[in-house]
Amino acid sequence: MNRRNGPRAPRDGLNTIGRPMRKVDGLAKATGRARYTDDIRLPGMLHGKILRSPHPHARIVAIDTSRAEALAGVHAVVTGRDMPTAYGIIPWTPDEYPLCVDKVRYIGDGVAAVAAVDEDTAIAALDLIDVTYEELPAYLDPHEAIATEAGPYIHEPRKPGWNGNVTKVVKLEFGDVDGGLEDADIVVENDYFFEGTTHTPIEPHCAIGLAEGNGKLTVWSATQVPHYLHRELARVLDVDPAKVRVIQPPVGGAFGGKSEPFDLEFCVAKLSMMTGRPVKILYTREEVFYAHRGRHPFHMRYRTGATREGMLTSVDAEIVLDGGAYASFGLVTTYYSGQLLTAPYQMPAYRFHSTRAYTNKPACGPKRGHGSVQPRFAIEVQLDRIAECLSIDPIELRRRNFIGSHTRTVNDLRVTSNGFLECLEEVERASGWKRKYRRLPYGRGVGVAGSTYITGTNYPIYPNEMPQSGVQLQVDRSGRVAVFSGASEIGQGVDSMVAYVVAEELGVPLEHIRVLAGDTDFTPVDLGAYSSRVTFMLGNACIEASRKLKAKVQEAVAEAWEAKPREVLLAGGWAVRAGDTGTSMPLREAFNLAETKFGTLGATGSYNTPKDVHGSYRGATIGASPAYSFTAHVAEVEVDPETGFVTVDKIWIAHDCGRALNPVLVAGQMEGSAYMGFAEAIMEEQIFKSANQGREGLHNAPSLLDYRIPTSLDTPALESLIVESIDPEGPYGAKEAGEGPLHPSIPAIANAIYDAVGVRMDALPFSPPRVWRALQAPDGGRWAPGRAKEVVGVGGSQ
Amino acid sequence: MEVVRLRVNGDERVCGVPAHYTLLETLRYGLGLTGSKQGCDKGDCGACTVIVDGRAILSCITPVWEAEGREVRTVEGLANGTETHPVQDEFDLNGAAQCGFCTPGILCSSVALLDGNQSPTREEIRKALAGNLCRCTGYEKIYDAVEAAAARLGP
Repeated sequence: MNRRNGPRAPRDGLNTIGRPMRKVDGLAKATGRARYTDDIRLPGMLHGKILRSPHPHARIVAIDTSRAEALAGVHAVVTGRDMPTAYGIIPWTPDEYPLCVDKVRYIGDGVAAVAAVDEDTAIAALDLIDVTYEELPAYLDPHEAIATEAGPYIHEPRKPGWNGNVTKVVKLEFGDVDGGLEDADIVVENDYFFEGTTHTPIEPHCAIGLAEGNGKLTVWSATQVPHYLHRELARVLDVDPAKVRVIQPPVGGAFGGKSEPFDLEFCVAKLSMMTGRPVKILYTREEVFYAHRGRHPFHMRYRTGATREGMLTSVDAEIVLDGGAYASFGLVTTYYSGQLLTAPYQMPAYRFHSTRAYTNKPACGPKRGHGSVQPRFAIEVQLDRIAECLSIDPIELRRRNFIGSHTRTVNDLRVTSNGFLECLEEVERASGWKRKYRRLPYGRGVGVAGSTYITGTNYPIYPNEMPQSGVQLQVDRSGRVAVFSGASEIGQGVDSMVAYVVAEELGVPLEHIRVLAGDTDFTPVDLGAYSSRVTFMLGNACIEASRKLKAKVQEAVAEAWEAKPREVLLAGGWAVRAGDTGTSMPLREAFNLAETKFGTLGATGSYNTPKDVHGSYRGATIGASPAYSFTAHVAEVEVDPETGFVTVDKIWIAHDCGRALNPVLVAGQMEGSAYMGFAEAIMEEQIFKSANQGREGLHNAPSLLDYRIPTSLDTPALESLIVESIDPEGPYGAKEAGEGPLHPSIPAIANAIYDAVGVRMDALPFSPPRVWRALQAPDGGRWAPGRAKEVVGVGGSQ
Repeated sequence: MEVVRLRVNGDERVCGVPAHYTLLETLRYGLGLTGSKQGCDKGDCGACTVIVDGRAILSCITPVWEAEGREVRTVEGLANGTETHPVQDEFDLNGAAQCGFCTPGILCSSVALLDGNQSPTREEIRKALAGNLCRCTGYEKIYDAVEAAAARLGP
């Protein structure tokens, strides 16, 4: 079935883990029975709509809702003044409100919301809300936002003398950066620009609120973070958290775009509290584009020093992040912009200076590969330039700089398993690199890039010492095991992963496992589907819970057999005595024996991260992870020099996921990631109109047609090559697979374009006009086979 | 409210809807057939794809009146009783549905393809699915599933 995967690790006696298996929700999704949030309809349900700002930056002078309230069919209208508590996903930067209170900060910012008998009435009511604005000058450019001295700032400065247009500044230095640059045989210095992009899950955000007379508040939401949503709903709406229940139905794609509270969740809750009826809000596709929280545009300058042999001596980075109107995860993004670059290559010295600006555009946040996709693009193109200068094969250059396994990075992050060399080997072999690199005819080329990513962030968003993941098992007298999991199924397959682990540990057939997830009333806390954390963390929690339960079953059965507990094996739906296959009983009977002996059977398991995996400097915890994944890609492209049109024919993706618990799902994550990276490289731009284009701050193309996400015809062939390094702390050795394999797509394509036509693409996306212009420039490549020499010095971005 | 008569998955249905309703709105909100999804509401994403008289169409930009008197087949109508259509089974086996939100539309496009061409090439599958956006898979697993289903259905 999954015929194109790479070499596999030894099975280590595993029965279930490592095999291609169905997903627990596969059939429900293939038959249309999976119920997403918008598929839920409650009796008496009202429909809500949110009025949005037409101005990028303005003070709200007055809001008059009386005409809307008077419209037949309207049950409630709410404005920012009804919910005046600031929130923010990062507790240190609470800078937004469910609806704007005094100011709007981007076109699309929520101002008021209505609940009405149907959607048509709600839409009509929005037109009857009169808002008086006093327009303010808007900042669309992050450099201008930072440079402003006087204001009016986008946010009030948190301290006198601060610039209210700056979210965060991070400056960290490790080793002797200036010395390393001086000692280098070559220094490559270039500017890079990474354009913003957005997630565009196919399911728009949707939420339903239901306030009941007893004070209980239930919110169904297409969210990746039910636990954080639970906390913020209680805090912002001033409700006892013990009375709040968040239910997360299957989510129709997220990619980071649903990983913090949004206006609609507060609004459905508040409107239901006001009306006593359930209220649903479903974003339009346009609203999804404005809700955003996607990839930050990055303006980057890199100076990279290397010896004649191609060994890195020093890396120096200066980065400006265009954050949009609110902080979102921006504090973390600012750290990630530098912290996650220090593997898989050894860097003797490293410095980064990152500044996140507020601008009057939808807020940026975490998109798959949060904060590290942009600098990864830059550094991997830098490496390609160094390889070019030194006439070293770029794969060989990467090998030479390999950081190794079981080591520390220059910024003191602990690295455990590391299969990066095998990843390079795999893509080199599978792509036919040696016969293609610098040998294909003009217009065709191959490029390589590598990367690393965290397997979960080491610390929760709000400081606490409690576990990051918890799970609870319960055994039924029929032999069935129910798993109560707080983790969020967003398509990545976490519910299936839970079932695979429990099946492996308890020997229960997969069809006898029920995974009950995504409801804060009956599942233990898991922090959410972000930072590629759930397989590692929840997987370990499942192992712990299963083994507790297994010990009881073994003890009870051993007693019946007059054997030792460790002689009782659980597999394939049976309890079997080791070395005596004639002595066995169905698992159901074994469970019943255990229930007779111990009472009702259940077990909990949890996982928390090790705390000795990072340094002690300020910011050292951000970027720390219990394990890192590694990836290498080779991309093969065709460039039409007449039009600048780039066709990506194929991407070979080698990814070290530790161990593939189900290779089909791992390959699916790898291919989906590589696809998304390809899309950012070639097609996608989340951009806004400037003042001279008419409507300053208006989204350029808020529809799936105009924003242009790749169709089946645009998407290259993708070949997954799974590498298994067997991590010492991962469940069965597993690490992440959902975000790492996005990173190298972009630089691999940029480097392939250079191989094809000799132009460096330092600004995204590599669209036909950009590539064509680069080809027309006086220094526009035109290398002849035999190669032009790389210019060392300051390069300009297109 | 207007009364519309539809033949959906073999059932004759009568439903009161606002005059401006699309086929998708009627299916989802009028008839409770929520398998077909709304991703964009303007014919860009294909999540709403259903089969009308054997052809895959976008139900979100089809006024419900255009479907009157025609045979409408949705994702709920692909299985034969409890026996799933091979393409549904192969989606499950091949990991072709991640978040699953585009899946109903892609299944309808696939079934419409396979009904007319029992052994499509990978290139023909790519073309047949060009109107269905998937944001999760990179499409490879979907092609695998459709190919495998074709092999099972094959002549």
